[in-house]
Amino acid sequence: MSTAELVNHRPGRSYLLSAVAILASIVVFVVPFVFIVLTAVKDRQQAALLDFSWPHQFQFVENFVAVIEARDYMLVIAFINSTVLTVVSVTGMVVLAAMVGFVLQRRRSRWNPFINFIVLSGLIIPPAVVPTIWVLQGLQLFRTMTGLILIEIAFGLSFCILLFRAFVATIPRELDEAAVIDGAGPLRLFFRVIFPLLRSVIVTVVVVQSVNVFNDFVNPLYFLPGDQNATVQLTLFNFQSQFTTQYNLLFMNILLITIPPLVMFLFFNRQIVAGMTSGAVKG
Amino acid sequence: MSATSVRPRAQAEASPAAPPAKGKVYSPYSNWFYLPSAVIYGVLFVVPTFASLYFSLTRWSLFESKFIGLENFRLFFQEPQLVKGFTNTLIFAVITSGSKVVLGLLLAVLLTSQIIGRGYLRSVVFFPVLVSTIGVGLTFTVLMNPERGLINGALEVIGINGPGWLTDPKWALLSVALVDVWKGVGLATLIYIAGIVSIPREYMEAARVDGAGSWETFRRIVLPLSRPATVTVIILSLIGGLRSFDLIWAMTRGGPGFTSDVIASVIYKQYQAGFYGLSTAGNVVLFVVVTAVVLPLFWYLNRKEVDM
Repeated sequence: MSTAELVNHRPGRSYLLSAVAILASIVVFVVPFVFIVLTAVKDRQQAALLDFSWPHQFQFVENFVAVIEARDYMLVIAFINSTVLTVVSVTGMVVLAAMVGFVLQRRRSRWNPFINFIVLSGLIIPPAVVPTIWVLQGLQLFRTMTGLILIEIAFGLSFCILLFRAFVATIPRELDEAAVIDGAGPLRLFFRVIFPLLRSVIVTVVVVQSVNVFNDFVNPLYFLPGDQNATVQLTLFNFQSQFTTQYNLLFMNILLITIPPLVMFLFFNRQIVAGMTSGAVKG
Repeated sequence: MSATSVRPRAQAEASPAAPPAKGKVYSPYSNWFYLPSAVIYGVLFVVPTFASLYFSLTRWSLFESKFIGLENFRLFFQEPQLVKGFTNTLIFAVITSGSKVVLGLLLAVLLTSQIIGRGYLRSVVFFPVLVSTIGVGLTFTVLMNPERGLINGALEVIGINGPGWLTDPKWALLSVALVDVWKGVGLATLIYIAGIVSIPREYMEAARVDGAGSWETFRRIVLPLSRPATVTVIILSLIGGLRSFDLIWAMTRGGPGFTSDVIASVIYKQYQAGFYGLSTAGNVVLFVVVTAVVLPLFWYLNRKEVDM
């Protein structure tokens, strides 16, 4: 019997409660997504009604092609841009943040409170937009993918460091000591011994941050303007004005953009929950 | 110094104070590990943050800046639309954060109980967290359409005349907050579930032996022991709420008029208009607001936790 089962031990009530919960979840959480899918496959006239109804005719392929072809295949370019941005910046974040989190948790020095403060302020302080653009311009990185990748890494580091630091605390120090006695240097100790043990929290960080970066709207809006550089979130935004009379295409776009997170979720749901839960349980 | 052996259930978050290291002992924990992060973070985050303090006092065109003292801030707190953005930010953050705490805890208790379809429910509650904010915003803009939208259509069936969610100045900000809660409550729930599941089962067993019912168990054990989760949820959602921009921009663009403007959308509008100094002043205001709200709360909540 798990802890959770002990919390609510009322077998008699759970059928009614379950039915209510499932019904409520369908109304509140499922219907909006069904609405997206239904509107995405409607024809133009019916989609303009904005109602929740079964499509008269399914235009999945037509709508799909129309969205893809819009504005010289902007959506395709955007998907490529977003993929590059997400993969590179999340990889960078994970490696760099794991290194910091590890040393920060293990090494006791009088600088620790200061470093913790800096890390925490990265989570709290909203980035100053125009001065960042100013710095990027000075580095010749404004309006470049490299610049945006570095920006995403910089803004995402704090969150990752905190997760890694908390998780490293659960790894027994004796392991480090054993590795050091066996002759491992700092790099070897970290990459060969510690890093593999961080697997579950790495999965959490990767999933959470790649969804964040993929869904990020503000940073591309500010730091990578221009149609050729658009990321998927910006296409949605750019299409909004163009598609006001073509809701079917707007929702097809939303649907396409929702698929990558959905795949992530279906594939990694268990690891996210397990990762976060195991961190909390082991303490 | 490395003699600190296993601390049971190390509350690393709660006790950041570390004993100062004495002497130069060989450490396998190299300070070089900080370097790459420090460079990226320093150049792209710390430098702009400090630069913003200066540039907020200037009239600025990115190439040249003219010092004008506190003029930008005076403007910020005199123009009614900018002041509105300021108060809206606070309202939005408090509403969304409070709702996420309450709903998140309730859902977590529900989803850790012996309920049918628990996996399905957890998934369905959590999924919106992963969906594009802009996509959610546009979808709900359509659902909240006053005449043709699904929400008002459904309300009409049960005899309620729904308001113009996004077109009525009284409702616009609340509607956006509602959608923000819809999208964000899954994360709060997940954090609470992790907290509840980590409560040692002995406590529950002891409570049961002592004759505690479900409510008593919840009140005396689950609630106090999920306090770290509460702290996390409050802090995270407050920070998110105060900085929130994309949902508001996707749904109302600060409208109607400027009734649902928040500081972050003001920053963008001023940036678009080319008032870089004013935009940066907005950033500094937001920075001060977030710090002034979150830091005291953080210290307060963490101190209480240590006391326990």
